[in-house]
Amino acid sequence: MGSLLSSPMTWEHALAVFLWGVVLMLIVLGFVTYAIYFERKVIGWMQFRIGPNRVGPLGLLQSVADILKLLLKEDTIPRKADRMLFVLAPVLAFVPSFTVLAVIPYTQKLYFADLNVGLLYYVALSGISTLAIVLGGWASNNKYALLGGMRSAAQMISYEVPLVISVTGVVMLSGTLNLRGIVDSQSGGWFWDWNFIPQIVGFAVFVVAAVSELNRTPFDLPEAESELVAGYHVEYSGFRFAFFMLTEYVYVYAIAGLTTTLFLGGWHAPAPFLDFVPGIVWFALKFTFIVFFLFWLRATMPRIRVDQLMGLGWKVLLPLSLANVFITAACIELFQR
Amino acid sequence: MGVIRTEELLLNVGPQHPSTHGVFRIIVKLDGEVITEAIPVMGYLHRGTEKLAESLNFTQIIPYTDRMDYVSAMTNNYVLCHAVEKMMGLEVPKRAEFLRLIVMELQRVASHLVWWGTYLLDIGAMSPFLYAFKERETIVQLFNELCGARLTYNYMRVGGVKWDAPPGWLDKVREFVPYMEKKLAEYDKLVSGNEIFLARIRGVGRYDAQTAIDYGLSGANLRCTGVKRDLRRCEPYSLYDRFEFDIPVGTNGDCYDRYLLRLEEIKQSLGILRQALEQFPEGGETMGKAPRVIRPPAGEIYVGIESPRGEIGCHIVSKGKAEPYRLKFRRPSFVNLQILPKLLVGETMTNLITILGGIDIVVGEVDC
Repeated sequence: MGSLLSSPMTWEHALAVFLWGVVLMLIVLGFVTYAIYFERKVIGWMQFRIGPNRVGPLGLLQSVADILKLLLKEDTIPRKADRMLFVLAPVLAFVPSFTVLAVIPYTQKLYFADLNVGLLYYVALSGISTLAIVLGGWASNNKYALLGGMRSAAQMISYEVPLVISVTGVVMLSGTLNLRGIVDSQSGGWFWDWNFIPQIVGFAVFVVAAVSELNRTPFDLPEAESELVAGYHVEYSGFRFAFFMLTEYVYVYAIAGLTTTLFLGGWHAPAPFLDFVPGIVWFALKFTFIVFFLFWLRATMPRIRVDQLMGLGWKVLLPLSLANVFITAACIELFQR
Repeated sequence: MGVIRTEELLLNVGPQHPSTHGVFRIIVKLDGEVITEAIPVMGYLHRGTEKLAESLNFTQIIPYTDRMDYVSAMTNNYVLCHAVEKMMGLEVPKRAEFLRLIVMELQRVASHLVWWGTYLLDIGAMSPFLYAFKERETIVQLFNELCGARLTYNYMRVGGVKWDAPPGWLDKVREFVPYMEKKLAEYDKLVSGNEIFLARIRGVGRYDAQTAIDYGLSGANLRCTGVKRDLRRCEPYSLYDRFEFDIPVGTNGDCYDRYLLRLEEIKQSLGILRQALEQFPEGGETMGKAPRVIRPPAGEIYVGIESPRGEIGCHIVSKGKAEPYRLKFRRPSFVNLQILPKLLVGETMTNLITILGGIDIVVGEVDC
């Protein structure tokens, strides 16, 4: 893949890059379909239920049927909505969620873009989706949607900051913003060489902030079903609603990939004698664990309140992540020089 | 540049809203997310039970009481039957009274479980709802075996109960009690100490004992302020004077106290069930000597009992006919709801749900 990306652009190369892009997109769409299935099964299992089991063998086609249903539904736009923004919002939410996937490296050889500012690229683009949620909430001309959009804006601003600062420690340790470089810096053979142990505070802050970025329980305030009915997407139906859902799950994919890359050693095996297992397997295992962890949270946690969310973001996570940066810098200065 | 003009947002919560527990509606004025005024609107489920009752005889009214507080139909059955029996001076056979008491306490457990599950669902935790309904299902199945219905039982009659317990039914209840005690401890451990949960409900919706009394609150809504009033103990009816049980009271009068109280009440109810099952009489009638057509003597009576939601009362005015001249129910959900507008002022939208859920209303009973 690396040679393909660095070689001069000819027609064949362009076609190959394009095809790889299509493959990645299909993988992500497949992931989304089965992540929803997996989530429903996991939560069902935790709640003494069976979960989907009717459509297809073991209910495996349930998500497919759900998506088809959404496609066939009437696409409604409220009469008093701001039409252009209303139509634009789902697209604006969905495009950055796919574009951020480009920088995530899967193995030493398999990656889709090798940006030297990969991490910055991820953080910058994922912020755009917030704008889409605010726009969607505003354009719907619905009070519940507006409250959801407002909450979303406040939440994202509060949590983007600790998220970025918490990964600064990782960047300082590895000395690069390139995600492949960050994974390479974690190679040492054993799992304690991965960033999550030296950066345990950063890791904790990152996980909390990431869950909040994903708008998942316990930070699912923008949609808060029991208060705001469905929050920012209350007026959306059919395919536009599907786009919002898709965005949410693509971000689950992205965050799981990013966490694996930044903190869990990417494709590295946890011990040297396990190196014979291909890197992609390790990546997939860590990735699945994080996805499972997110679904597990959803089955366990109640929802936090808006003001408490802000308090947690500004008063706890931000100082913690700043302290982490300071301590990391001090340690690097003291021990590595 | 002038000062930025802000506007109050008038938000209509309900009657179709996932957390108003039915068709209840509140109009709130919001300043940002802070409520400046709240106006509850009720009546979407009004069926005119009290007026309908005036043209029905007493046995025919019993199914209507099922549909008032449909989460706790057994206590509603009881309050009507008990009032008529008291008016007529009817003797209820021991076995029937024991069966009534057992189903009422089972109902209290089931009702509090429904509250526990839906309250946590309101707060955003999904799983407890399913756990609660799983345990409630056992109770509902027990009732189904007893009287053939899962929600609206129509089980009690003036002078006794309609059906005797089928063979083996009491053993099933005997098995259920220790099982539920174990599960309750487990659920308590799962939820009650959760940091987010505590942050959400501690100190929310707080009022003192005097306010609670002024508003006529009853049930856990009153006891959470430290007032030890439970009609099972204060004005004993049925066989409650025979059993040992505590009346848990709170100290702070907030949502957390109400939550703890209701969990503790489940525990106490299970204790009462355990004792009742031990003392359950062998054999005997389940129907007393009630006349074929029930005609209470002319006069008035008020009887209040402790439903899971508070004091449910039945006021009968009789002119000596088979139909009541006037029938009035004191519905605890309706009375307890009065304090809501006062509690909501100055709270956020999120706390609206927490406080409303904490009061524990059943809209069928609010509107009657």
